[in-house]
Amino acid sequence: MAKELAGRSVQEMISEKMQSKRQGTSLERIVPILLFITAAVSVLTTIGIVLTLIFETILFFNEVSLKEFLTADKWYPFSETQASYGILPLVSGTFKVTGIAILVAVPIGLAASIYLSEYASDRARRIIKPIFEILAGIPTIVYGYFALTFVTPLLIKFIPGLEIFNALSPGIVIGIMITPMIASLSEDAMSSVPNAMREGALALGSTKFEVAMKVVLPAAASGIIASIVLAVSRAIGETMIVAVAAGSSPNLNWNVTGSIQTMTAYIVQVSQGDVGYGTTIYYSIYAVGMTLFLFTLLMNFIAQFVSRRYREEY
Amino acid sequence: MKYIDDRKVISTMKPRMARNMIFRSLFLLATLFGLLVLGILLYRILSQGLGYLDLQFLQSLPSRRPEQAGVYTALIGSVWLMAVVAPISLFLGVGTAIYLEEYASKNVITTFIQINISNLAGVPSIVFGLLGLTVFVRALFLGTSVLAAGLTMSLLVLPVIIVASREAIRAVPKELREASYGLGATKWQTIIRIVLPAAIPGILTGAILALSRAIGETAPLVVLGLPLFVAFLPKTVFDIFTVLPMQIYNWTSRPQEEFHALAAAGIIVLLSLLILLNTIAVFIRNKYQKRY
Repeated sequence: MAKELAGRSVQEMISEKMQSKRQGTSLERIVPILLFITAAVSVLTTIGIVLTLIFETILFFNEVSLKEFLTADKWYPFSETQASYGILPLVSGTFKVTGIAILVAVPIGLAASIYLSEYASDRARRIIKPIFEILAGIPTIVYGYFALTFVTPLLIKFIPGLEIFNALSPGIVIGIMITPMIASLSEDAMSSVPNAMREGALALGSTKFEVAMKVVLPAAASGIIASIVLAVSRAIGETMIVAVAAGSSPNLNWNVTGSIQTMTAYIVQVSQGDVGYGTTIYYSIYAVGMTLFLFTLLMNFIAQFVSRRYREEY
Repeated sequence: MKYIDDRKVISTMKPRMARNMIFRSLFLLATLFGLLVLGILLYRILSQGLGYLDLQFLQSLPSRRPEQAGVYTALIGSVWLMAVVAPISLFLGVGTAIYLEEYASKNVITTFIQINISNLAGVPSIVFGLLGLTVFVRALFLGTSVLAAGLTMSLLVLPVIIVASREAIRAVPKELREASYGLGATKWQTIIRIVLPAAIPGILTGAILALSRAIGETAPLVVLGLPLFVAFLPKTVFDIFTVLPMQIYNWTSRPQEEFHALAAAGIIVLLSLLILLNTIAVFIRNKYQKRY
């Protein structure tokens, strides 16, 4: 220390420090800008998605009328002579699968979340919750394999008319896939209901079941509904399970035992074939993707709206 | 005289208690259903796939003959994908998290960025595939290369890393920052030397979760047009390649039973990779997590 001092005056040392500090301040100024740019990437991604979908969809609608897209009841893009682009069969396929998934996932997911939040001991919760996390983390292609090689053969034993590719099996498996999501999000909502409310009801002589049904469920309703809406959104966008197990025949009917095609599965089918760049079929996947995007966006907005608007404050 | 009629109490309470017990068991059954499904799933995959799983399976190229086919190119492809996704998504995700937690003021732009991130997390993965197809594969002429797939996947997992990193940064106590300022450190010095090291376990855990999402995802890669059959390894990030989920998808969609067994063996490899990643995450969380 003393040695360093020897050559220079204190004044020189201060000015030296200031010099390096000035370099520091320029860094201090650049960094927030750089970080803002990284934050802008996520916004650019959204803009990129929207612009991509809009531009390619416009190219699609140069060749196919919006009226045909929205009202025609046949989706036959591969027919050379009578190509028909009506989105309804694909939407009905998606809704069939999603509906079955919700019928499976909502009762099981809600029951599991009530058990975890109202009945389970801390130890049971610590064991069960990670298992649900594992279920939620399994890649969807694995569920697809499970649907095709296990659930479908199992269902065929009970339902004689069931085809190899059908809406039922992927619907059930998507339901299994989104169950952990409903269970864990709903459990979060129920756990945040204050204990004082439970204790008040218990003191009035309620059973635990009555507390769960008449106090906790209504109080946590916004969170529960939001979790279900988010699960619907996941089910609509699910791709690999339906691509593997649901078949590739777009049909507009109420039949769930036969082969169907969802919006996502159609995009996969076209991506895998040798469809030329710039053809109507090529642009059609963007129009279908746009429809899919709008559906899921709507669901996400509803979920956010419900959880914000109807949240009970304690 | 008795104020409480025992018989009356019992007669009204009994059905209510019974209902409570019945529903308790029903709720428990529903919870155990998840356990049951996981058990069946793992049993099915192991019983079908273990027969094909050996060193030769890991070292062989894909083949039309099931007994010779392997996952070598797909496994190495998945590692390549991770090597591209990890640095890009980590850089962008942590950068965004630092900006939002440390620099952003509460204004319209910040709120917009936050809403945008939570909406991005809800966009189906296949739509990211369409974005990647237009922007990376076509407009930037990257083709179905490692880089095109890696960039697409980085954007897909970005929200996961951002959310995890924000939580980790927020959990660093204010006192640490103030002590650093008190010693004369600038804001950036405080962030890089105090906040980030303290937040690293949380950030890494989130990054590993994001990576496991990236290597398990199939749909966007199908849309990008990744080939189902690749007989060579990529040498640079501009080469075409395939990944484990694509290979599994390829084998699953064939009608022959032998290929289904191969798919099961491929799934075992994929799940082992995921378990490995998650074990590392748990290890990091337990070893480096500090309590303040």
